[in-house]
Amino acid sequence: MNRLRLWLLAVGGAGLTALLVAACPGLPRFGGRSHPYGERAVRASLDRHTANTVASVNFDQRAYDTLGEMSILFAAVLGCVVLLRQARDEHRARPEPAAVARPVRRYALIVLPVALVTGLYVVAHGQLSPGGGFQGGVVAATALHLLYLGADYGALERVRPLAVYETSDALAVCAYLVLGLAGVLAGTAFLANTLLPYGTFNTLSSGGAVPLLNAAIGMEVASAVVVLLATFLDQAVEIEEKQGS
Amino acid sequence: MQILPYLVAAYVFLVGCYGLATSRNLIHTVGCLSVCQAATYVLLLAVGYRDGATAPVFSDVEPGSRPVVDPVVQALTLTDVVVGATVTALLLALVLQVAKRHGTVDPDELRELRG
Repeated sequence: MNRLRLWLLAVGGAGLTALLVAACPGLPRFGGRSHPYGERAVRASLDRHTANTVASVNFDQRAYDTLGEMSILFAAVLGCVVLLRQARDEHRARPEPAAVARPVRRYALIVLPVALVTGLYVVAHGQLSPGGGFQGGVVAATALHLLYLGADYGALERVRPLAVYETSDALAVCAYLVLGLAGVLAGTAFLANTLLPYGTFNTLSSGGAVPLLNAAIGMEVASAVVVLLATFLDQAVEIEEKQGS
Repeated sequence: MQILPYLVAAYVFLVGCYGLATSRNLIHTVGCLSVCQAATYVLLLAVGYRDGATAPVFSDVEPGSRPVVDPVVQALTLTDVVVGATVTALLLALVLQVAKRHGTVDPDELRELRG
């Protein structure tokens, strides 16, 4: 059985390798000068005073696509919460306070505020510098979990009321939709970035709706990561199987 | 040399596939799927690369003064990373449930269906 499987894998792998290698010379030349979509995206981004072209592509030119991406994240978080809920044959144990080595505690607590501010900075400057809602949201959410490393799980739970993060996750998704619908109500199109003034190039308020959509995504990603990690940490720390089941 | 980055992407993808097929642990399988997905990042960024170009961010570069790499594929890569992370999270949650209900994470031992 196992030998047959390996043979099948070898034959299929060899075929796939041959096809992939044969396809490589047909791809656009590496490092070439012809990037028609890229050039148009840069022009459109500069037209709308957005310094970070990637943010412009994500939150202006392909904002509708980002809505789908955000929905995937939202659905995945929902799926994890449902899959990892407390089952009937399990019970919740209070997490034991754990001893933490002093250097770990000290550096975790020093880095925590720095990481949190960095995350918020990356979200706020998404339309100007590399980064944005997705990246900054992950940084900010991870920063909170330094409390788990530096103190213990009880301390993390005290600063992290899950219901608040679940609500803010849903609210951020709604905010994105409302920002999109605002365009429809104003007579343009869903998520069309034509409603707000584009502002002065390379300032925080430039880019029309881009900073607002960026902030909504930042909030959504940060809450989603917190909820996601919480469901996994609960499994590891709190939820236990009943004795004898 | 011109197709080396594309070959790297193909290699990473095939390594991931090999791991997926021969995996004896579901957590390892999820990791292999992430490796397969990493190949798509390499491919996308390789397609968008341009010789002598800088990042498509104009906060400190005068527009038009230097060529920039393709921002569209960079945005696609970002989407790819996000989708990859969510898929990994969801699969790991499923693996946790499998481990709890069946007491094993070896795919070969998961033969019969149980209600």
